[in-house]
Amino acid sequence: MRVYLDHNATTPLREEVLEGMLPFLREHFGNPSSAHNFGKRVREAVEEARERVATAIGARPREIIFTSGGTEADNLALFGVTNSPLASKRRKVVTSAIEHPAVIESCKALKKRGFEVVFLPVTPEGVVDLGAAEEAIDENTLLVSLMLANNEIGTLQPVREVAEMAKAKGALVHTDAVQALGKVRVKVEELGVDLASFSSHKLYGPKGVGALYVRTGLRLDPLLHGGHQERRLRPGTENAPGIIGFGLAVELAQEDLDRGMDRRIEALRDRLQRLLLERIPHVVVNGGGPRVPNTLNISFAFVEGEALTLSLDAEGVAVSTGSACSSGSLEPSHVLLALGLPPEVAHGSLRFSLGKDTTQEEVDYAAEAVASVVERLRAFSPLYEDFLRSELDLEQYLLRRKEET
Amino acid sequence: MMENFNYSQKVMEHFMNPRNVGEMEDPDGVGTVGNPMCGDVMRLYIKVEGDRIVDARFKTFGCAAAVATSSMVTEMVKGKTIEEALKISNRAVAEALEGLPPIKMHCSVLAEEALKAAIEDYLRRSKDEGDRRVQPSHKHPL
Repeated sequence: MRVYLDHNATTPLREEVLEGMLPFLREHFGNPSSAHNFGKRVREAVEEARERVATAIGARPREIIFTSGGTEADNLALFGVTNSPLASKRRKVVTSAIEHPAVIESCKALKKRGFEVVFLPVTPEGVVDLGAAEEAIDENTLLVSLMLANNEIGTLQPVREVAEMAKAKGALVHTDAVQALGKVRVKVEELGVDLASFSSHKLYGPKGVGALYVRTGLRLDPLLHGGHQERRLRPGTENAPGIIGFGLAVELAQEDLDRGMDRRIEALRDRLQRLLLERIPHVVVNGGGPRVPNTLNISFAFVEGEALTLSLDAEGVAVSTGSACSSGSLEPSHVLLALGLPPEVAHGSLRFSLGKDTTQEEVDYAAEAVASVVERLRAFSPLYEDFLRSELDLEQYLLRRKEET
Repeated sequence: MMENFNYSQKVMEHFMNPRNVGEMEDPDGVGTVGNPMCGDVMRLYIKVEGDRIVDARFKTFGCAAAVATSSMVTEMVKGKTIEEALKISNRAVAEALEGLPPIKMHCSVLAEEALKAAIEDYLRRSKDEGDRRVQPSHKHPL
């Protein structure tokens, strides 16, 4: 059996989306900027896609700038604001400790350019600390960037509350909503944000395309310089097939949400969580409070994540890990460390992200496979041996580790 | 999140079916090395008769490469004299596994260090025992 539970990494392309894209990879090849009919036909389809994306997030079509994906949208937001004349008076950027690398690394680059950057801490549940936000956001703050849903643990962040704080101080607000769109309702007006990043391939659309919502009236500096496309904010001939696929994918994802697809997925996610907790002792569920319905992150203490994922891969189960061993860096995921987990527990974390086609049979099979793999690896983990000898339970162990550090 | 999966078949084979895995009763030397922060901790046990390592076992917390290098080093060390065992280098372990991805070479270093730590522990214990035979020691044997 092959079970794909890594939908936060990417999703398969929807059949209807592929069908909708194919004509624009074949006969409708024109450049949307061309004046002739070849171009006009494609222009119409690109603008239709823009409307679809705008409708899904409650924005106006003009406010949608198509990009090459979520990372570019994040970069355009952060550098577009900090390179603009708006940055002459305000020199501070506030973000969180659990952002996607596209935001974290951009913020580190801004720090090098002389901006003051504050990485807000999160609660042990994985939600940004509102008290710390209140303290950090001041009259010198140019931009606040807070993700809507965390990619690793799925926690929903209090974007609306933080946006209100920012507005009160005259700061702009960006949200990386890449992991939220298609999973929960996302309306930019309700959130009160000025900028929002989206990606197509997280919601059964093609890869290589995303969008940045830019509130009317906000003037950004472009990252790239060239033609007039995307209101000069993203010059270069449009990725028409990708954009058209993205538009269809967003619309279909919205229809799925309206039909209650999220509740079906949530029930399966909760079943997976329950099965794993029943079968496997000494685990931590990472991320509390409201989460996106498809994501489950669990630390299987005293085993290492890459060993887990490779063993599971051999059983046909595809998941991902926040362990460092697989990423080439030495430290485990910054998100899991920000939750206060000790490294030997953070290293044993797996992210299960379900999709619209995930079945109960798959969930049950995965739970069984995880249980047997964890058991095999723990049998030869020296840390597990030491833990069992200590006769502590995991809660006591975690407390003791916290006191040590 | 994952970047490097070009493990050799040998690494995968030793990871999926590790040799000499688990605790050892009454070992003559035990070495534990590594750091949970970096995601690997190895514990290696050896049994010595005369001057020869007659058995080796391990327990490892770590990635596939860490498990495979532990497994391989226990295979390599069996039947070797202490002197020969001390000459086993991390490169030799990596080579026996048909190579490791560059970012995983530290796992082979860890395997070499675990072996050295187990041998040092053995030497320390035998010295303690020798001392005790001459005059009773107040030291706790490890």
